Amino acid sequence: MAFLEIDDVHKSYGSFQVLRGVSLEVNKHEVVCLIGASGSGKSTLLRTINALEPISAGRIKVDGDVVTGPGVDVNRLRRNVGMVFQSYNLFPHMSVLQNVTLAPTKVGGVGRAEAEERALELLERVGMRDKAGSYPDALSGGQQQRVAIVRALATSPQVLLLDEITAALDPELVGDVLGIVRELAADGLTMLLATHEMGFAREVASQVCFLHQGSILERGSAEQIFEDPQEERTRQFLGRVLASGRL
Amino acid sequence: MGVQTAEASELRVGPPPTPPGRVTGLMVVAGAAALLAALAAHRAIVAVVGLAEDRTAPLVAIEWVVTLVALVPVVPVVAAALRARSRGRHLAAGDLVAARSEAAAGRERASIALGWALAVLLMAALLGFVAANDGAVAHTFLKWEFIQSTWRPVAEGFWINIQVSVGAEVLVLVLGLVVAIMRLVGGPAGRPLRWLSTAYVDIFRAIPSIIVLYLVGFGLALAEVPVIKDLTPLWLAIVALTLTYSAYVAEVYRAGIESLHPSQWAAARSLGLSYGMTLRTVIVPQAVRRIVPPLLNDFVGLQKDTALIGVMGVADAFTRAQLESSDVFNLTPVIVVAVLFVIITIPQARFVDRMIAREQRKSGRA
Repeated sequence: MAFLEIDDVHKSYGSFQVLRGVSLEVNKHEVVCLIGASGSGKSTLLRTINALEPISAGRIKVDGDVVTGPGVDVNRLRRNVGMVFQSYNLFPHMSVLQNVTLAPTKVGGVGRAEAEERALELLERVGMRDKAGSYPDALSGGQQQRVAIVRALATSPQVLLLDEITAALDPELVGDVLGIVRELAADGLTMLLATHEMGFAREVASQVCFLHQGSILERGSAEQIFEDPQEERTRQFLGRVLASGRL
Repeated sequence: MGVQTAEASELRVGPPPTPPGRVTGLMVVAGAAALLAALAAHRAIVAVVGLAEDRTAPLVAIEWVVTLVALVPVVPVVAAALRARSRGRHLAAGDLVAARSEAAAGRERASIALGWALAVLLMAALLGFVAANDGAVAHTFLKWEFIQSTWRPVAEGFWINIQVSVGAEVLVLVLGLVVAIMRLVGGPAGRPLRWLSTAYVDIFRAIPSIIVLYLVGFGLALAEVPVIKDLTPLWLAIVALTLTYSAYVAEVYRAGIESLHPSQWAAARSLGLSYGMTLRTVIVPQAVRRIVPPLLNDFVGLQKDTALIGVMGVADAFTRAQLESSDVFNLTPVIVVAVLFVIITIPQARFVDRMIAREQRKSGRA
């Protein structure tokens, strides 16, 4: 049984179908990259996994437990499924340390001292310990995103969802953030990434899914998808990415 | 095209150069305005000083000082004239660029003179109004002996206005937030709460506060509503103003909460924070920072409305001033109340300005 099971998930906004029957299995310690054009449903798929978007039909299981449908404790689910956003979404009225310790102290049942100690440890790992007292607006995009990753890790989630986390960054800051994700992958954290960084996907992904108009059109190892795509749509998409110099 | 000879290529291509602007016209207008304003100010101050029983030396000095200050707008007119001459010299010498720059500087000086002259003129008109009708205006509103004899009871009454203001403001901050959050509760379970909140805001924003004061002040006491009938009139005034202003402030809170980007909700919820926890730790603290300026607006409105609590029999500053006024048949005591309201409002406005500036510095946006 896979750690994360997504089974025939549908999602509509009104009459517009964003997801049309997506199924995906992710094992522990896997890194799955979701690629595809804007609007193909990558972000929505990630947001259904931690129930930020309710689904219209289908079922999602995390660690054997069904996490969709009524009656699910979404707050407990979300402490177990961390998320990092494209636009960082740090809380601007809180310092870096407060951003990171908020969830552990308020809902994780961890004492303040312990939470701060762990937060500083994590910040140290991403080279942000000396910015613990700073406010988000005083940080660069890359620094904010590193803090956002630490904030998501602070509740010790078993899965991390990364939603185009480098898309809003200046090119010279992308490397730092990807370096951290690379380390997390090496540590064996289960991750799902929606990304446009094809080179990076190729390097870290154990599985690559190409989404097109709300369904997974093609799925396989990084090598398989990038070297020998079977679907015409995948070839077209990768061709366009290649032409724009992003591969 | 393509027939440009060597001779033609020496000709200018494109539009002719911008000629220097004219200075003289604007300068003359500004000069006339400055002199007119100074004359008006002189006449006004002479009239005001003339209201005193005898022309003492300090009063004559005031006349002189005011007249001299009123002449200040003449200075930039002179500067404009100098620039105009310099412009002419440069133009004669064929230095178009220098002439243009001098012309621009000259016009700028003339405009400044015009602006100040208009301000002097308006102030002169105000002074003239005070001295009008042989000083009747000044005597009616600004009689020193009545300021001296009535400021104490008026200031005592103003203490009541301050108590009611502060009491109502504290309650409004709480009730306004409660009403705003009721309006934001989601789902079918929240529908009755949303409906109640909307109805409350619609009703209490519509009723003039003087009517609410009247109904609460007399009605609730008359109906012998338990607890409320034992409240002092001061507390009834606080209750009435809280009812009215919570409706306004609820809308301010709601606007502040809705102005936050949904991504802040998503980020907080994605960490496993509940709806209530997200509101408390992430949304409301940010919203409150944003709504401070409009909140002050409503608070100033509330403070001013404390002048209405006389209708329910509370002897506030305005009520006492009215009594004093009718005693002496002069409106000076009421002016004292007006000045007191201005005096308490200005520091609040500056405090909010500072708070916003500090907030911006703290977050590194300055």
